Amino acid sequence: MVTHVVFWALAVVAVLAGAAVFIVDSMARASYSLALSFVAVGLQVLLMQQHYVGVVTILMMVMEMAVMAVYMVMFMGMNPALMPMSMVHDNRAALAVSGGVFVLLAAGILLVPWPARRGSPPTDVTAALGEELMGPKMLVMSAVGVVMAVTVVAGVVLAAHRTRYDRFGDDLRRRRADDPQPGGVGR
Amino acid sequence: MILQTVLLVAAALFSVGLYGALSQQVVVMVMMGLELMLNGLILAGAAFWWYLAPVPSGQVLLLVVIAAMTVEMTVGFAVATHLHRVRRTDLTDQAADLSG
Repeated sequence: MVTHVVFWALAVVAVLAGAAVFIVDSMARASYSLALSFVAVGLQVLLMQQHYVGVVTILMMVMEMAVMAVYMVMFMGMNPALMPMSMVHDNRAALAVSGGVFVLLAAGILLVPWPARRGSPPTDVTAALGEELMGPKMLVMSAVGVVMAVTVVAGVVLAAHRTRYDRFGDDLRRRRADDPQPGGVGR
Repeated sequence: MILQTVLLVAAALFSVGLYGALSQQVVVMVMMGLELMLNGLILAGAAFWWYLAPVPSGQVLLLVVIAAMTVEMTVGFAVATHLHRVRRTDLTDQAADLSG
């Protein structure tokens, strides 16, 4: 009974906080609302005995919102907690599409004859997940690791102010690097 | 708390996120919409695992979704940084060179 009450309370918090992201009038409040929604979902995942995934979700999203706050201070040139903003386009179409998607999903959820549960959860879910990752699913996590590494490189290349093309020319044949501050090994 | 109720909550989160991803003009707000959609996916995946097939391999899928969220955030911030540097803007409407 307590689990049901907690689940519904978290569900209300998750959905309302998620909606608040696009209702509140500052990006700082939107970030905090999104973090709250993720924390509520993480706690719901914990209710379903998936401790590792739940804790990772909460920790990751809290950190991400911290990064987002730094980002806003860096680039938006305003006090994000105080400056109201409302920048939307195609509001009615977006409402119609999202409402339609929800109705479609809800119809599927309620009409599909869901199968009965097969098997039972392991005694120690986190340990079983670890053994799975270190065993049969190692290829999956290896692929994820490569994708993460590529993402880091892509992020740096996109965000870097000066690249090797700025320094050595479009064909990379300039003999001396065009650096604002000369120096370095051999130069 | 049954599978259908958890999935309905997940569908609500997904739809709210979809609204944000479609309607917002600021790149960071679009990213927030996408993350809210992935938030719904995480909840739905956890519910499928718990109510249908609670075997360890199912949780690996959730970790992949979380990894996808990380990639989305990283590339999104990098693109927004580049956009801000090149055009001094953070609005999607001013980065529509490839649309149409």
